[in-house]
Amino acid sequence: MKVQLSINGERRTADVEPRKTLLDCLREDFGLTGSHTGCEHGVCGACTILLDGEPVRACLIFAVQADGYEITTIEGVAPAPGELSVIQDAFCETHGMQCGYCTPGMVLTATALLRDNPQPTRKEIVEAISGNICRCTGYGQIVEAIALAAERLAHANAPQRAKP
Amino acid sequence: MSTAPRRLRYVSANRRVREDRRFVVGMGRYAADVEAANALHVALVPSAHPAARIVSIDGSAALALPGVHYVLTGEELAAATEPLMNGLETPEVKRYPLALKQARYVGEWIAAVVADTRALAEDAAELVEVSYEPLPYVIDAEAALRPDAAIVHPPHGSNVLLDRTFVWGEVERDFAQSQRQLSFRVVWGRSSTVPIETFGITAIWDPWRELLDVWASIQMPKYSDQIARAMRLPANAVRVHQDVDVGGSYGVKRGIKHTILCSYLARRLGRPIRLIEDRLENMRAGDAHGPDRIFDVSVAFNTDGIVRSMKMRALDNVGAYAGRAPFQLGKPIGAIVGPYKIQSVEYRAQSVTTNKAVQEAVRGFGQSPTNYAIETAIDKVAGALRLDRIEVRRRNFIRKGEFPYLIPSGTRYDSGDYHTVVAKVLDHVGWDALQTERNRLRQSGLLAGIGIAACLEPSGGNSTFEPLLNPKNTTSTWMESCRIHVDALGDIVTTVNTTSSGQGHETLVATVIGEVLEIDPDRIRVVRPDSLESMPSNSPVGSRMAIMLGGAAYHAAGKLKQKLIGIGAHQFGAGEDAVVYANGGVATTAGDRRLAWAELVNIAHRNWHLLPPGMEPGLETNQIYQVPTGGTLPTPDGRVQMYPCHSFEFHVVLLAIDPDIGLPKIHRYVIGHDCGTVINPHIVKGMTLGGIAHGIGAALFEEFAYDDQGQMITQTFMDYLLPSSQEVPEVEIVHHCTPSPYTVLGQKGSGESGYLGAPAAISSAVNDALAPLGIAVAKLPIRLAALGDAIAAARQSSKA
Repeated sequence: MKVQLSINGERRTADVEPRKTLLDCLREDFGLTGSHTGCEHGVCGACTILLDGEPVRACLIFAVQADGYEITTIEGVAPAPGELSVIQDAFCETHGMQCGYCTPGMVLTATALLRDNPQPTRKEIVEAISGNICRCTGYGQIVEAIALAAERLAHANAPQRAKP
Repeated sequence: MSTAPRRLRYVSANRRVREDRRFVVGMGRYAADVEAANALHVALVPSAHPAARIVSIDGSAALALPGVHYVLTGEELAAATEPLMNGLETPEVKRYPLALKQARYVGEWIAAVVADTRALAEDAAELVEVSYEPLPYVIDAEAALRPDAAIVHPPHGSNVLLDRTFVWGEVERDFAQSQRQLSFRVVWGRSSTVPIETFGITAIWDPWRELLDVWASIQMPKYSDQIARAMRLPANAVRVHQDVDVGGSYGVKRGIKHTILCSYLARRLGRPIRLIEDRLENMRAGDAHGPDRIFDVSVAFNTDGIVRSMKMRALDNVGAYAGRAPFQLGKPIGAIVGPYKIQSVEYRAQSVTTNKAVQEAVRGFGQSPTNYAIETAIDKVAGALRLDRIEVRRRNFIRKGEFPYLIPSGTRYDSGDYHTVVAKVLDHVGWDALQTERNRLRQSGLLAGIGIAACLEPSGGNSTFEPLLNPKNTTSTWMESCRIHVDALGDIVTTVNTTSSGQGHETLVATVIGEVLEIDPDRIRVVRPDSLESMPSNSPVGSRMAIMLGGAAYHAAGKLKQKLIGIGAHQFGAGEDAVVYANGGVATTAGDRRLAWAELVNIAHRNWHLLPPGMEPGLETNQIYQVPTGGTLPTPDGRVQMYPCHSFEFHVVLLAIDPDIGLPKIHRYVIGHDCGTVINPHIVKGMTLGGIAHGIGAALFEEFAYDDQGQMITQTFMDYLLPSSQEVPEVEIVHHCTPSPYTVLGQKGSGESGYLGAPAAISSAVNDALAPLGIAVAKLPIRLAALGDAIAAARQSSKA
């Protein structure tokens, strides 16, 4: 059946089986392969996308259910080709990844967190990413990345002190 | 080391990891992202029985579905391919991608269904009718040794793949002369590294070029050779694309059976074939489980805590087929005494088949379980003598001045300063304060304990365990390579000749070449040739790439630098000893004449008339690098130099258990880590923290558990529990650097760091916490339910 989805600000249509997950639809019908398949039962978080801004597992929702929501995938996060968001750049700064497979889900989860809570404590960061499993890093540098991004975002909007 | 740089600019510097940019935007290219037009998809029919004769397979209902193309059985596949490789000489333990005549574990692939989509292939797989005749089976390793045990491979005659006893030194004399002895058993349960990306592959056969193209999520030495052998193809008809990002491996991404299945289907059906495991296929039949081991250990020691001798029996359950799994009992021989001066060792390595899923290489290749056994022994010696656990370790440690140190099994450890690392960690921790904190937690009603572990990470993997355990195998090199090309505009391209699964090899090779050539590493392009264009590689196994790829890159860059020096000296009419290389240019030592990088490159590419006589034009060099200290075969009594380098780690953990629910919580985790010269601090830190997380999983949460009917009962992430950010504490790392004398920059390995000591440290902490109750745990993972029950029983009996 036909679905019309709003993905990264664009209206896109596809003809999918009703049983097709949003994850498979994003990857196969729209070529958005940054969302990754990990467990397909909602535990690992590798397929995390934002649905109306909220982190959601794309493996646990059918494509046909996503009609009417604003979908953000990792491909929609970087502001321009070759240019990283502050959060993405912070992940590079602290090396908050190794193999990169869980990374899109982590970045999107962090993006939602810092939008809602611009100055999270370590505990709040840990809580926010606890639904995203990383097997490489032991989470240390991911937590550092999110804390660094929060700090940079806070300073990004701070007024510059006038030079004497 | 004539080309050694004077001081380090890029090595050890706080530089970004270049791979990260593509990953944070979702632009990694993983196996499932590879597009192949017109591809068909595979799903598998799993065995429902741990052991059964396959009476018949009826695929007609599946084939009747529109869009289903083929149902492949083991009979057809086995007739057209060679068995998958075994490490030991066990020719009657034959393994094919699909079961042949008999199923040997639950989930084993009985048939493959090929269809237009994966969903359709799954639907059709459910329609394949398999008729079985159940057979006796065996799940437990000790049961598999009994004379009346069901035999997994009847033509082999028994379940024993390996049973060899090594005696290094005067074990019986040392036991007889020691004042004390103790014996114990510990068990390492079956877990694995379980990457979030499952195994995936796309295979295309081109009948006109006679060429098999493979894109796979692979981390496997000699992968294309193994494909060629099994497929009965010349190796130059197999092209493995190594520019596939691998979504985590830590040893286990070795999908040779998936590869042969898909390669055969691609040839048989004339269409691209794609198989991406789902999580269930991955968990129960991905053939990627880790060691599953029982240790019986005896140690002989004196009342001062000096351990003189050790007897260790390791019985490993490899599951239904052999593969390389038995070698995981061989690798730990290279560090069989850990960081201690134990003079003699008896080591019995036993490997048996059972009706469990197949074991594959897991991070550390058997070393972490062995370290757990050794560290348990040291804790027990301290306990028996009522000595401080750290003091007993200090007394037994090899001292800084004693390196290189020859251990009884023939390996010479390169370097180390264990006492200093321990001192630095204790100073960082505040040892007295930590004990006070433990006691405070105890007074608050919790069971609190401090865990200690000291261990080694043998690194620079050279596969010497192959000839050690298989006399017909004469492998004495495990080379790694690098090629550097400078184009006519002076820009540099270099190669990584294998896949990577997050280790940052592109960053590594660029950093080392930049260091030697004194050029910004960010200006160096790193490419991954396919296997037909590659130089020899043995893939990133055995904590080897900093040493091996780093070594190859270093020497290839040194050759390039030497060529530039030759070109420069010739222009100046000077000898090579009268010029200096700096920042990419060559100048006379007097400093009166200088040629910059661009000028030297121009001469090499365009001015034959200016080149020294006999020099090849262009600027390309390479190095095929032999493992340092490698090259010898074992002696008849099984002594050999195993890996060249030995990183050291020292763990201190404070943990408290809620006695009512048996839930352990880690309050503090500190690791002292010495892996010599660090090439990229971010990468080493990440590996160490990630290794500790794996170790916490192996110690407390993760287990491929089987019931006594041979069914695997932890098949999803709901049952096989992966540590989340809530379970992994903030870890403090205390660095130390003892350079290795055997490597180009003093570097050692770190790819297995953290994991090699964390399980031992957690076990040690839990047992310290339980000590006041008079109970102990001797099996990993320490299941929370079992822990809660044991605590309840102990409290009950103390009340009674």
